[in-house]
Amino acid sequence: MTRTIVADRLATAALWAAGLAVVAVLAAIIAHFLLASIGTLSLSFLVSDPSTASLGGIGPLLWNSIYILVLTLLITVPLGVLGGIYMAEYAAENPLTQAIRFCQELISSVPSIVVGMFGLALFVGLTHWGYTALGGSLALTIFNLPLLSRLTEQAIRAVPADERSGSLALGATKWQTIRHVVLPLAIPGIVSGIILSGGRIFGEAAALLFTSGLATPSHYDFLDLDLTDPRSPWSPFHPATTLSVYVWNLNAEGLGHFVRQIADASSATLVLLVLVFDVAARGLGRLLQRRLMGA
Amino acid sequence: MSITIPAPREGLTEELSRPRAAIVPAEGAEVAKLRTVGLSVHYGTRLVVGDVSLEVRADTITAFIGPSGCGKSTILRSLDRLNDLIPGARVSGRVLLDGQDIYGQGVRPVEVRRRVGMVFQRPNPFPMSIFENVAYGPRRHGLRDRRRLEEVVEQSLLQAALWDEVKGDLGRPALALSGGQQQRLCIARALAVEPDVILMDEPCSSLDPLATMRIEELLQTLKASFTIVIVTHNLQQAARVSDATAFFTLGADRVGRLVEEGPTARIFTSPREGLTADYVAGRFG
Repeated sequence: MTRTIVADRLATAALWAAGLAVVAVLAAIIAHFLLASIGTLSLSFLVSDPSTASLGGIGPLLWNSIYILVLTLLITVPLGVLGGIYMAEYAAENPLTQAIRFCQELISSVPSIVVGMFGLALFVGLTHWGYTALGGSLALTIFNLPLLSRLTEQAIRAVPADERSGSLALGATKWQTIRHVVLPLAIPGIVSGIILSGGRIFGEAAALLFTSGLATPSHYDFLDLDLTDPRSPWSPFHPATTLSVYVWNLNAEGLGHFVRQIADASSATLVLLVLVFDVAARGLGRLLQRRLMGA
Repeated sequence: MSITIPAPREGLTEELSRPRAAIVPAEGAEVAKLRTVGLSVHYGTRLVVGDVSLEVRADTITAFIGPSGCGKSTILRSLDRLNDLIPGARVSGRVLLDGQDIYGQGVRPVEVRRRVGMVFQRPNPFPMSIFENVAYGPRRHGLRDRRRLEEVVEQSLLQAALWDEVKGDLGRPALALSGGQQQRLCIARALAVEPDVILMDEPCSSLDPLATMRIEELLQTLKASFTIVIVTHNLQQAARVSDATAFFTLGADRVGRLVEEGPTARIFTSPREGLTADYVAGRFG
């Protein structure tokens, strides 16, 4: 065998190994938590209220995680995607836009505990809201908005110039071209950005500790639809401990008899939640792409 | 702004013999569909093509030939204001379409590009169905009626000599077609907005000889109703398909210039300029 063939085989083997390692780590995490939560994880565990005496459940915490995810995405997706379109298609190349890009990358990599302390000062103290789901969402927006806007910009820039000029050459306007050709082609990239930020929202603890709160709720009354009532689980002003914060707290404080089981089953739930979110986001993305590409 | 698309005509033959009121030539005189006057293009501060004045006659095929980098594609792109999209590109001089300067004040590039279509070097159908590709232009210009859209799509595919190959399944993805079919789809897509002029930037350079032949045959039928300008690297192609030829070259100052233009037969058999004679004889380029 010549040296180039050996090098080629080695490179192939190394890349395969790297790929396998990534998949193996993911599989190990899922397997570990699923095995550890056998006997604990059940439908009633997912919907029941927490308890210190018995096993209880994680219903309110699961609710809060999903609530904060949805609320944060409602804020970040429109702003982030529109901002990304602006930066890719309309903004002039000048020192200001360079500075904006630099800041976007900087902010999205600020340690989340710093964001949490900033959120505590701004969304808890200054506003006199106290610990609220909205405060938590706004804190998460601080690093998710620049991330999503940057990723949207990159996805839009990656759309081939050929498709773009094909549309413009037919007399389509710039916005028609963006709406009917560029955006549909950029959707997979944008969806990846949304999934990435969704994962960070589910997994975030540090930024939420001091913004949406740490108090473990005992029971939610879902019939209370008064959005201004901080006791209503529907209100953006209710204190909202998320599943990740709960897991952190359980392990930090170690209260109750079933700490280990609850922590394992909660972790398994988080992993599954991220998985479901990923699949759902991609499915929705494909659907949206088809709708945008059609009439 | 809304643009009404005229109802499609009865059949292909009528389409091809449609009279063109705007360009009926005066007695004895031939009218230029397109005329450039002192057209120059700069990229930043660099002059790419300088001082090009030429005429393109209605319902003919005009070929732009010349060595790589001589600016023939740049000139072509300035005929439908596609150079506007390149940051730093600056066009000076005039481009008259039916006597009206397309770079004049108040002229919208979108309007120009509707009247002057472009077929690119690499087939670039949208990643949609065959139907949606052809319907794309008319839809953007406000045509909503499904029946009319279907008629426009059929007409355009017939004109582009693609209908018989695709009529069975217009919902098929355009990217599943062969390269030659994709290029004819791009021609159909351009025809669907009913332009006056069609610009083609080396439309056969990525196609095999058979697909190239089909496009060349197609050009001969299209020129009855459209003014066509084609950039080509292939001298035989220029000689085969075009009525008029413009020869460009790259000067010692690295600026593209028009050397001469005229009827294709004359350019290839008795050119006025030595440079042209050398080029068509294959002595350089």
